[in-house]
Amino acid sequence: MENIAPQLYTLLVFMVIGSIVAVETKNLLSAVISVSAVGFALSVAFLFMGAPDIAITQLVVEVLVLIILIRGTILLDNTAVETHRDTLAVVASLIFFGLLLGFGAMIFGSKGFPEFGEPLMRVSRVYVQTGLPATYAANIVTSVILDFRAYDTLGEATVLFTSVLGALALLRKDGKVKGEEVATA
Amino acid sequence: MTVYFLCAVLLMIGLYCLVAKKNIVKKIIGIVIMEYAVNLYLITIGYKKGGVAPIIDKTTNAELLERFVDPLPQALVLTSIVIGLGVLALMVSMVIRLYEKHGTFDMSQISKLRG
Repeated sequence: MENIAPQLYTLLVFMVIGSIVAVETKNLLSAVISVSAVGFALSVAFLFMGAPDIAITQLVVEVLVLIILIRGTILLDNTAVETHRDTLAVVASLIFFGLLLGFGAMIFGSKGFPEFGEPLMRVSRVYVQTGLPATYAANIVTSVILDFRAYDTLGEATVLFTSVLGALALLRKDGKVKGEEVATA
Repeated sequence: MTVYFLCAVLLMIGLYCLVAKKNIVKKIIGIVIMEYAVNLYLITIGYKKGGVAPIIDKTTNAELLERFVDPLPQALVLTSIVIGLGVLALMVSMVIRLYEKHGTFDMSQISKLRG
């Protein structure tokens, strides 16, 4: 796979169109399905860019995202979207667009920024060269996650654990009211 | 360079959805789209022309080792995707509780009903 640009552009345009549909459609269920289609296209794009681990993870996570979002929308009766425009919000987002474009042009226009297809690899060269002898992992990505950058992974696992704990605390049905005795069966 | 620009377009669509839409589920969808854009951008930075996946097997020699794509963004994005799932679960559980309390997804009505 020497030149992946046509496939990548096709996928990206598909993703942009899919996200516009997800943003502008009137039914919440259609919006959820559209954003899920964007996620699956993203998974295929990862596969084209030589990242099979990310592609597999994205696929699994995308299915779960679809399930969670549908649980959030479909069981509730009121899934239509009322339309009313908020001028202030539209103006604010336009200002954000301008700022993002301006700073993006500044960054991408500067000299030190690498072109697409020519990464810096200043740190990663060491990982690629010493990955197999130092960690005995054939997959360099795994050796980076679980060995070279294990502390980062630990921190990220903490974030994941905390968010899941928060979701469980919000969703549980029975709780103790303050000042009330716990019934012991 | 066009790839980076399309990633920025995707990010802006998500940002617009987050800022301008009233529906909370639409806001969550905006956050999810922004997350996709950022993950895609990071992987795109690490792509090397004619690159192969950074997995070593018996046929790998020094010449093939030079063609590996950047493994560092891949490793960090891998955990970022899973964290995105956890945060999404948290947001959706908040939305479910808000809907049970107020009976609507509309942000302006929810903030009106205070007290």
